[in-house]
Amino acid sequence: MNNARLKWRKFVSNFMLTMTGLCALVSVSALFFILGYLLFNGGTSINWAFFTQLPKPVGETGGGMANAIVGSGKLLLAASAFGVPIGFLGGVYLAEFSGGFVASIVRYSADLLNGVPSIVIGIFAYSMVVLPFKHFSTLAGAFALGLMMIPITLRSTEEFLKAVPKNLREGAMALGASKSKTISSVIVPAAYRGILTAILLALARVAGETAPLLFTAFGNRFWTNGWTTPTASLPVMIYTYAVSPYEDWHRQAWAAGLVLLGLILIINILARTILSRGIAVPRS
Amino acid sequence: MATPTTTFGSASPVTGSRSFLARLREGDEIARLVTFLFAATVVLITILLVYELWVNSVLPRHKFGFHFFVTSVWDPIMDEYGALPFIYGTLVTSAVALIIAVPLGIGAAIFLAELAPPRTSDTLQFFIDLLAAVPSVIYGLLGVFIIVPLMRTVIAPTLIKTLGFLPIFKGPSYGVGFFTAGIVMAIMVIPYIISVSREVLLSVPRDQREAALALGSTRWESTWQVVVPFAKTGIMGSIFLAMARALGETMAVTMVIGNSPKIAASLFAPGYSIAAVIANEFTEATGDMYLQSLVYLGLVLFLLTFLLNGMARLLILATTQKGSKVAA
Repeated sequence: MNNARLKWRKFVSNFMLTMTGLCALVSVSALFFILGYLLFNGGTSINWAFFTQLPKPVGETGGGMANAIVGSGKLLLAASAFGVPIGFLGGVYLAEFSGGFVASIVRYSADLLNGVPSIVIGIFAYSMVVLPFKHFSTLAGAFALGLMMIPITLRSTEEFLKAVPKNLREGAMALGASKSKTISSVIVPAAYRGILTAILLALARVAGETAPLLFTAFGNRFWTNGWTTPTASLPVMIYTYAVSPYEDWHRQAWAAGLVLLGLILIINILARTILSRGIAVPRS
Repeated sequence: MATPTTTFGSASPVTGSRSFLARLREGDEIARLVTFLFAATVVLITILLVYELWVNSVLPRHKFGFHFFVTSVWDPIMDEYGALPFIYGTLVTSAVALIIAVPLGIGAAIFLAELAPPRTSDTLQFFIDLLAAVPSVIYGLLGVFIIVPLMRTVIAPTLIKTLGFLPIFKGPSYGVGFFTAGIVMAIMVIPYIISVSREVLLSVPRDQREAALALGSTRWESTWQVVVPFAKTGIMGSIFLAMARALGETMAVTMVIGNSPKIAASLFAPGYSIAAVIANEFTEATGDMYLQSLVYLGLVLFLLTFLLNGMARLLILATTQKGSKVAA
């Protein structure tokens, strides 16, 4: 009797533990399904024209997304130029200069900003940049994406700077270096891998954002000159092409999806290897 | 803020002993001021965001008031706006997503934290992190071309045949609809549940497990009756976090929900969500009332995710602190 109960308990234990393994397997396999489908569908539809040509007029087959690739690049460049300095220097302030109260307000704001749905960021960028300039622009899109980069960069910069061992800081100070000198030539270099990783991850995250671009960068079927006109971008192109009724556009949506996902995964993997190879900072 | 007194009690007490002039000469005060300005920008932006949402939704707030949330007329021509169908769609799709994602995510987190050897666990976590990095529009793409046809031809007919007596599985399926959106969303939020729950489970002190095992419980009993209850609040936190993500999810949902502002009991019916209607109609909105109604929806979405994220943070913090307190 007792023995049967023990057997039952052991059976339940093994069964449930196998189930949790199955859950893990299903979740992880989702990634490989996504990759597999994109490689298959995107790989068969990608070609040289995709990278070099402009979109063809509606109804004609062929053409590419050269303008969207350049557009995405410009958006990310401008977004980094806006978001990274604020996030990085704000993070330096939090880790090195700030007392308790101001820091908690800044931290709280950053967390709040991080949780804002991307579509709401889009509305904000619309009312801040699009309305005053009276038209959609690369800058408006970059503003929205840059906003989303700030909280990630800020919090990770703070975290990595704080993880720098105290004796490095004290050593520099003992040599008579001023605080700003200590930060710029000892602490930040010691934490730069971590900070770089955070910036790359932030970049990878916003590279695929579509919702905030819909009514800021909008879209464009031609080359964009300068920064103040609407621009095409890869994520928005994927969206527009995927929901369109044209067979050839679906093909190009898959190709664009493959390029975008490939880019994002490569940045992610790169960022994580930077962090894992020879860390100068012990992770707290 | 660049007064010398405020530096006291900050990360480094060494600075306090030098005179203000010396620090000014060496650039410390300038560095402090510059970094402070950038940090203040973050606060300013956040305040501005809330302010803009509030000011730009004044018309519908005054005209419709609370009725905005309980009426289901969305008529740009008559300038009548009610948000009920969108709120309903957002809640239903999030609920479907969580019903699928929570058991799967927590199961996987238990496996990663309790069973898998550290190396395997880290490798799998790496894949989970990559899954979390897949952008929403890619999920939408796969949703449109794989899950929607699958839903129309396989999933919906099977469910209608077996569980068709339930009102939620009645009616024809067009492929797009609440259920499809819920499934796509579920796949998107699973990584968040796994990552946070795993972290929380790993912070449960070791002796809790060992005590349970020493008392003769099986591995599963120690996990389910000791470790999971210990981490319960943190796991709830991960679910709130996932819910906040799900509510604000835009592109994937827009692509598969069907975009029709109707309230239907059947999960197979096409619907609409708050984020989706903003994405679709914002650029076409003519007239102040129309545009501001959409901003108002954005404000509602913001407040919902704000509340959920806040609760999630509190719960996760409570658990991890409990873990370190017991361990200490």
